[in-house]
Amino acid sequence: MSNELSVKHLLGIKYLKESDIQLIFETADHFKEVINRSIKKVPSLRDITIANIFFENSTRTKLSFELAEKRLSADVINFSASQSSVKKGETLIDTVSNILSMKVDMVVMRHPNPGAGIFLSKHVEASIINAGDGAHEHPTQALLDSYSIREKLGGVSGKNVVIVGDILHSRVALSNIFALKLQGANVKVCGPKTLIPKHIESLGVEVETNLKKALNWCDVANMLRIQNERLDISYFPTTREYTQQFGVNKKLLNELDKEIVIMHPGPINRGVEITSDVADSKQSIILDQVENGVAIRMAVIYLLASKIKQ
Amino acid sequence: MGQKVLLSSKEINIILHRLACQLLENHLDFKDTVLIGIQPRGTFVAQRLVKILREEYKVKEVKAGFLDITFYRDDFRRGDKPLEATQTKIDFIIEDKNVVLIDDVLYTGRSINAALTAIQSFGRPKDVELLTLIDRRFSRHLPIQPNYRGRQVDAINNEKVRVMWKENDGKDEIYLIDR
Repeated sequence: MSNELSVKHLLGIKYLKESDIQLIFETADHFKEVINRSIKKVPSLRDITIANIFFENSTRTKLSFELAEKRLSADVINFSASQSSVKKGETLIDTVSNILSMKVDMVVMRHPNPGAGIFLSKHVEASIINAGDGAHEHPTQALLDSYSIREKLGGVSGKNVVIVGDILHSRVALSNIFALKLQGANVKVCGPKTLIPKHIESLGVEVETNLKKALNWCDVANMLRIQNERLDISYFPTTREYTQQFGVNKKLLNELDKEIVIMHPGPINRGVEITSDVADSKQSIILDQVENGVAIRMAVIYLLASKIKQ
Repeated sequence: MGQKVLLSSKEINIILHRLACQLLENHLDFKDTVLIGIQPRGTFVAQRLVKILREEYKVKEVKAGFLDITFYRDDFRRGDKPLEATQTKIDFIIEDKNVVLIDDVLYTGRSINAALTAIQSFGRPKDVELLTLIDRRFSRHLPIQPNYRGRQVDAINNEKVRVMWKENDGKDEIYLIDR
């Protein structure tokens, strides 16, 4: 296996090969060992400067990236659109070009518009990591999700994974579908018909609108958040009704004749997608996902940085 | 590309025994001493020494671990090939211990420099010594010298020392290769 990524930027899982994912996972294994030491820092990236540019609110992704960068000893600058000249009408390229003139080597960007990272990668020299672009992709989340499945079940290939919830607005769902299919998993999506995009079957996934059937079929259920902020019209009658049909609770899990793994990319609406007793149960690997997020992001940054030659 | 045999299997074995004896003289029962093989190839030397100490000199317990120094190297992004990490396995406390770093070939000293930084991520050792099977003197970039050396070699810059191990390469032999 090559020890080099086939891409210069991480814009989406769509642009990766299966071997890239394996390389990221193997590198993350080493970083996972590093972040469990008493001194969790390595000096690899001490001459690299990374800008975290967030045009959209984020807590855990931003913190996770920042922690990953600091544990690799990179210099980090943070930028959030709400406190910047973007409000005064500055364009994306101008904003980023200004930041890059401060000798920044890598940009981690979250943007509300799909394709923002791809657009930027065509105009600037620095390596771009997409930290979520609208409803398009969120590659590091999908990588850490697959990595967590691999860690829990020993592999991804051949596993049955159902993604439940708002598939239509979810970049996590799309990146997860790409990542899981690339690694040979079987994928179903489950949610109200109004929140499942048309022609999603063309990505090689099946649609299931009955949650119980989906849970009976799967090894892993990845529960997505209802993104109220993206729902411009009403896609289902009430939250209560959504919960009744697509929420996972302990009673539902106990009725299954097997133990499935519960995942959630966060933030959780407790009592909506999953109840607290499920989120905090042994079956849930939600906190493992958060820990693995740092190791995966360290691996991605490290591997992309190794392509920036001095 | 020519090559000549620097050390045969028998000679390697004699040297390893001598090094084990030198370690014994200084560390007696190894109660406060840990051996750390530097990945990838220093681990072979460390494992052989542990075997000799346990089986032939009846040292009850010798703590040994592997240290990967990839993330601590100062040539990250300078080489043609990306650096590939290997496994670190240190499941004991380093704090206040006598640490013996072990590698197969000491050349520029940069790997040992990285290892000295890396080992501090596991605690503050009481002291650190260096054991190397082959010491390529006159090639150092940093002021680093071994406390225990197997064989000193004068190799010019385009020559390479290649250490082969039975476990990995099918035989024990050390070559000087002219590139």
